[in-house]
Amino acid sequence: MSKIRVLVGTRKGAFVLTSDGKREQWDVGGPHFGGWEMYHIKGSPADPNRLYASQSSGWFGQLIQRSDDGGRTWTPVGNKFAYDGVTGTHQWYDGTPHPWEFKRVWHLEPSLTDPDTVYAGVEDAAIFRSTDGGQNWHELPGLRGHGSGPHWQPGAGGMCLHTIILDPADPRRIYIAISAAGAFRTGDGGQTWRPINRGLYSKTIPEPTAEVGHCVHHVAMHPSRPDVLFMQKHWDVMRSDDAGDSWRKISGNLPVDFGFVIDVHAHEPDTVYVVPIKSDSEHYPPEGKLRVYRSRTGGNEWEPLTNGLPQRDCYVNVFRDAMAVDSLDECGVYFGTTGGQVYASADAGNHWAPIVRDLPAVLSVEVQTLP
Amino acid sequence: MIRVELPAHLRNLAHISGEVQLDVAGPVTQRAILDALEARYPALRGTIRDQVTQQRRPFVRFFACQEDLSHAPPDAPLPSAVASGEEPFLIVGAIAGG
Repeated sequence: MSKIRVLVGTRKGAFVLTSDGKREQWDVGGPHFGGWEMYHIKGSPADPNRLYASQSSGWFGQLIQRSDDGGRTWTPVGNKFAYDGVTGTHQWYDGTPHPWEFKRVWHLEPSLTDPDTVYAGVEDAAIFRSTDGGQNWHELPGLRGHGSGPHWQPGAGGMCLHTIILDPADPRRIYIAISAAGAFRTGDGGQTWRPINRGLYSKTIPEPTAEVGHCVHHVAMHPSRPDVLFMQKHWDVMRSDDAGDSWRKISGNLPVDFGFVIDVHAHEPDTVYVVPIKSDSEHYPPEGKLRVYRSRTGGNEWEPLTNGLPQRDCYVNVFRDAMAVDSLDECGVYFGTTGGQVYASADAGNHWAPIVRDLPAVLSVEVQTLP
Repeated sequence: MIRVELPAHLRNLAHISGEVQLDVAGPVTQRAILDALEARYPALRGTIRDQVTQQRRPFVRFFACQEDLSHAPPDAPLPSAVASGEEPFLIVGAIAGG
């Protein structure tokens, strides 16, 4: 029977949650790296026992940990993230130029085919790649060198490159997203990049339809349809059917279209999940009700999923990398909250139950479906 | 032999129990101690000082002989009691919220 492994990064450590394919009984492993911020942990699709984890702290900086045994043991690997060439400046919050400074790794995206190749999305925004299992990291400088870099500006959470999506049909094509610059795409393996933000409208920036400057919170793609992208922007849920060349709004009947996470069902490319959050200053669900919204039509028509989720007095947030799906026949959906709960649904969102309730604030959730 | 004490998180990271004892060739300075420490425990690279700028991390402090040496130049000689091993070189995580 298949196994499920849920990799949870929190403010104070990492946890590995495991279950059989029924997804009813769970073992909770951890904390690993207790006391450290674990922004993201992700397994290699090419070797599920190969995991990469981003470990950081305000005291001791950034580390990268690697496991070769599915998270039982870990080894620190390379943690030198040096920007390539002249570092340059981006815009600071007050509009003045500010030098690029490495702060942390937000997201690790292992290659779809090579366990030793992994991409890192960092703050201040840049993308790095390692081809030796995380020992050495090299920036793909074409992204910051695209020309718009001096105009990028940090969002409230920092100027982070938080989303990396590898196209399974074309290894040269990668999508990334940055707060608050927007989404970008490369078609040549990361040498050159172009912004893909046409159709985004952000009324709080000087030019609401600008080429860059949009606060994209997260982007999701179904592997069977790599030209179709779904985006949770600061405000607005968006969709592109042309690999990001143009976007249209699909917020539809959502109670509010602010939020962080967005994900796609493992087997239904038009089934999309979001968790609406009340506003950009009130980072909790509307009406104190934690509701996942699901669209089975690729957007616009959304249904609330509430069975098993708190429907009163709930004021948690769900961060951008804190939702994932498994690939069992009946798709499992998982998300973690700032209140330390990790919720799981073994039936595509119809029913939910907490796997754990009292972890530190959850920063990220990833899922591995194991044979 | 130079004696170095590390904060608990870094001891855990590098699988160190207790005090570290280091041989340091040449003048005993902050830089020489950190170079020797990182050579023996590569996992500590980047945790005490930035790997690119070589600057001490803001919430890491250096003490010895009841002196705060955090702002001393990295190539300045450390007190002779540190160089002789009589006193440890203390690497301390600042008390700060989080």
